[in-house]
Amino acid sequence: MFEKSVAELGRALSARQVSAVELAQLYLARIDRHRDLNAFLDVRPEVTLAQACAADARIARGDATPLTGVPIAHKDIFVTREFASTASSRMLKGYMSPFDAAVVEKLGDAGMVTLGKLNCDEFAMGSSNENSYYGNVLNPWDKSAVPGGSSGGSAAAVAARIAPAATATDTGGSIREPAAFSGITGIKPTYGRASRWGMIAFASSLDQAGIMTSSAQDAALIFNGMLGFDARDSTSVERAGEDYTRSLESGVKGLRLGVPKEFFGEGLQPDVEKAVREALAEYVRQGARLVEISLPNAALGIPVYYVIAPAECSSNLSRFDGVRYGHRAAQYGDLEDMIKKSRAEGFGAEPRRRILIGAYVLSHGYYDAYYLQAQKVRRIIADEFQQAFGQCDIIAGPVTTSVAFGFGEKAADPVAMYLSDLYTIPGSLAGIPGMSIPCGFGAKNRPVGLQLMANYFEEAKLLGVAHQYQLATDWHKRIPGGFQ
Amino acid sequence: MSLTSSDVTRIAHLARIEVTESEARQTLEQLNGIFRLIEQLQAVDTTGIEPMSHPLGGSQRLREDRVSDKPDRDANMKNAPASQDGLFLVPRVIE
Repeated sequence: MFEKSVAELGRALSARQVSAVELAQLYLARIDRHRDLNAFLDVRPEVTLAQACAADARIARGDATPLTGVPIAHKDIFVTREFASTASSRMLKGYMSPFDAAVVEKLGDAGMVTLGKLNCDEFAMGSSNENSYYGNVLNPWDKSAVPGGSSGGSAAAVAARIAPAATATDTGGSIREPAAFSGITGIKPTYGRASRWGMIAFASSLDQAGIMTSSAQDAALIFNGMLGFDARDSTSVERAGEDYTRSLESGVKGLRLGVPKEFFGEGLQPDVEKAVREALAEYVRQGARLVEISLPNAALGIPVYYVIAPAECSSNLSRFDGVRYGHRAAQYGDLEDMIKKSRAEGFGAEPRRRILIGAYVLSHGYYDAYYLQAQKVRRIIADEFQQAFGQCDIIAGPVTTSVAFGFGEKAADPVAMYLSDLYTIPGSLAGIPGMSIPCGFGAKNRPVGLQLMANYFEEAKLLGVAHQYQLATDWHKRIPGGFQ
Repeated sequence: MSLTSSDVTRIAHLARIEVTESEARQTLEQLNGIFRLIEQLQAVDTTGIEPMSHPLGGSQRLREDRVSDKPDRDANMKNAPASQDGLFLVPRVIE
């Protein structure tokens, strides 16, 4: 059962071949068996089974959706009433939210059953999941490799088939990079499509929720239950609901695939390039046409990101003061001392570093030179995408320069770690939808991802193009050894 | 641009994060590495370009100014590190 897709699980549930309770039990047993991955931070079988019972009752009543009874796990950036919500930080250890995040609520309303909460980089800051207060997540393909980050627990859980789907979030590549490193399908929609209500904020002008699954078809099904306008999020986009599965069966004949030359320059490892070029060749076999495009300032995405994201993070994380919730130091003098000590102890090294950068670039005398300048270069990068989409329908290229690296390889050098997101940050800055789908294996037999990006609000087209590749290949069906 | 250890202490105070002298020295090198990365932006000509604060532009959506939420005080306070009689406790600030 665990090798089945979300679509197949939904059909098996509605045909009564399996009950939601049986499915929940099966996945809970797999989660328990593979605890060494450290993908899950909170598992409460009684909560999961109660949700599964309710799903079975709903199926029996005949008012189920295609997702009712299908299990899902949530990145620990989404707050939940029934599971602890920590953002993988000591700051929020044991925190029980009085409400569910909008995304959790919507998927719950569709009848999905929550398996638990997934490990990630602290406050979603990182590219390897090595920044979690609760320890590293292992890559199921190779336990000496990182799963990617920040949504490392989500990626590892889906790759190991200990969850058929997992929510994730992307600020600069935190869905696509771990999806690539862990050999699964991950998509971030257009900024504003998924409600940020109840998503613990990191950089508000970039943060966007998405989904990780084993296939594009599954992602489309879940998007139908997950996305949509929410008045509680002031940046939520007011648009009519749509069916994200509508373009799955459209072929790619005549499709113009834009290949940015800057994504194939210095730094791209030959193993990744080979797998990506073979994927492009598959599209050509199916009738698509490759068009060389240019995103001349894409590489400036990294410096832009490392001004904007820390600035917004220093503002968002100022709410953690040890007064209303979160960690409070055991010993302190006056109020200011209490706040300073609580924040020093509660935040790990990476959030502390980003808060300091943010406080600096926003401080008196530096705002125009850094924050405003970064926002202007952000627009230059976003405009270049619009020019590119004048020449092509979908942009395709690598997700990362290399396959997953080993633990500790980049942990001591923040700048080397930041460069992991070279190809994903530009799309995040523009706010366009982007995804990673598995397209082979590189060095040390570690997975390679193909990045596909579409223009604003073209998720259905994007998912269709990904699905057409997955109809012709089986990379997305491969399951790592030891998890079959 | 290059930060000094006293800059780090000053920013840490602005951000209300306690840092010791040795932590400030250690952080300094990493922060300067990041600032060298950020410096690249200074060379870009952005004359006449509008800053982009939101991917889709537009203005902030506003709602009618009326109470739309009924907060549950007990539920909202159950994560408080210290509370009494429905109030958050902090060190005395007014003598």
